[in-house]
Amino acid sequence: MAAIYVLWLREVKRYLRSRAQIVASLGQPLLYLLVLGFGLGPVFAQAGRGSYLQFVAPGVVGMGILFTSIFSGIGLLWDRQFGFLKETLVAPVPRLHIMIGRTLGGATIAMVQGTLVLIVCIIAGFRPQGFFALPLAFVYMALIAIVFAALGTMIGSGLRDMQGFQFVMNFLVMPIFFLSGALYPLSNLPAALNAATRIDPLSYGIDGLRGSLIGLAQIGLSMDAVVLAVLGSVFMGLGAWSFSKIQV
Amino acid sequence: MIHVEHLVKTFGEVRAVDDVSFDVQAGEVFAFLGPNGAGKTTTIQMLTTLLRPTSGRMALDGLDPVARPLDVRRRFGIVFQDPSLDGELTAHENMNLHGVLYHVPRRVRAERIELLLKLFELWDRRDSPVKQFSGGMKRRLEIARGLLHTPKILFLDEPTLGLDPQTRNQLWTHVRHLNETEGVTVFLTTHYMDEAERAAHRIAIIDHGKIVAQGSSAELRQQTGADSLEGAFLALTGTTIRDESSDPAAMMRQMARMWRR
Repeated sequence: MAAIYVLWLREVKRYLRSRAQIVASLGQPLLYLLVLGFGLGPVFAQAGRGSYLQFVAPGVVGMGILFTSIFSGIGLLWDRQFGFLKETLVAPVPRLHIMIGRTLGGATIAMVQGTLVLIVCIIAGFRPQGFFALPLAFVYMALIAIVFAALGTMIGSGLRDMQGFQFVMNFLVMPIFFLSGALYPLSNLPAALNAATRIDPLSYGIDGLRGSLIGLAQIGLSMDAVVLAVLGSVFMGLGAWSFSKIQV
Repeated sequence: MIHVEHLVKTFGEVRAVDDVSFDVQAGEVFAFLGPNGAGKTTTIQMLTTLLRPTSGRMALDGLDPVARPLDVRRRFGIVFQDPSLDGELTAHENMNLHGVLYHVPRRVRAERIELLLKLFELWDRRDSPVKQFSGGMKRRLEIARGLLHTPKILFLDEPTLGLDPQTRNQLWTHVRHLNETEGVTVFLTTHYMDEAERAAHRIAIIDHGKIVAQGSSAELRQQTGADSLEGAFLALTGTTIRDESSDPAAMMRQMARMWRR
């Protein structure tokens, strides 16, 4: 347990010390929120869908969490490059604990980052509805964070260099984001696109966030929670397995 | 304490470690000497559970690193050849993290961290992030960290590379102290013949993945008719310079890494 805690603490400390990075990683969600929120707003309203800013804000929060958690997992690649990975691999601690500590650390900072994005959204004019909106939204934020931090660790265990990182970025992270319904409603889509959105784990996270924050769930809140919890456990298991296979 | 039998590790076509066998007794200081790319580090990586051997048998304190990695990891400590610190954390945090991972009790941890950071003259900089350290300071911290817990077996992979004579002296004094008072078995690799001669009870010379000779420094000199260990080393391994990066073994290793997954 001490090992899990100390590795969790390491991730959190590293995050808190990189102030520039915290601000920088707010930039992208902010851009989506403001440019798309206000840019597509009129069209969205004309289509009779109400405020696009209200609609897109939960998606942008999910995006912040997705990127932060997956990158924290891929941080394993940096640890490999800078050598610190070896230090943890020879330690007399079960690799499962190392993996859990790292993943929970990544999930924690992703939660913090998501909360910062949510605060920015509220400042920009986003209004969550109902008294229980925020506590419930935090549950989904945590689930998203854990799913993708574990996925990141899984990927990070397999990556050996920066080229691989680009590949993951373009062929995994961006599709996960664009197919998740963060930016558009998942209704009346072409069949192929619809199918793709349903196998995207983030779809369930965004749906959960949107359901809890503005009462607009298309898949259903309980279904979202179940899918995310199952995926989270599966990814944790697979992540631990691939982590245990790492050789230097 | 360490038993290695017909150990082989291949990367693609290249046999980085080729049928190596040796034994290290409990309480012994054993040195592995060899030119760049001879297979020293690969052997250490296999013994320390970081790499799975292609074939052969190993035992540390009677335990097989492949079958029981966790039990083996409880028994050794290691100072790596290349950096393994977290640059974002401070010196003290790096030490503390190590102490926690190695289950050193809190009070002992605090005492030993202070002792070692003072010994290697890093105490004043304990709260600075490691990324601000010079190369020598990082190296000193690596060594201090490796000595934080008292293992049964201590692996030192070219620990003195790039260190000034003062620090080298501190290191060997401390290692000898650990060996004599705590009975720690030491397995080291180095390029400095004088260090091997001074620190090690027994020496094995490895070249192209094979052990070409082993024995005490005196035995090796006698065997080759050389008047110094360096002479014996050159007589056994030749005078050609090995360049690790263009060395075929290293290149194959890199290729293998690239394609492994």
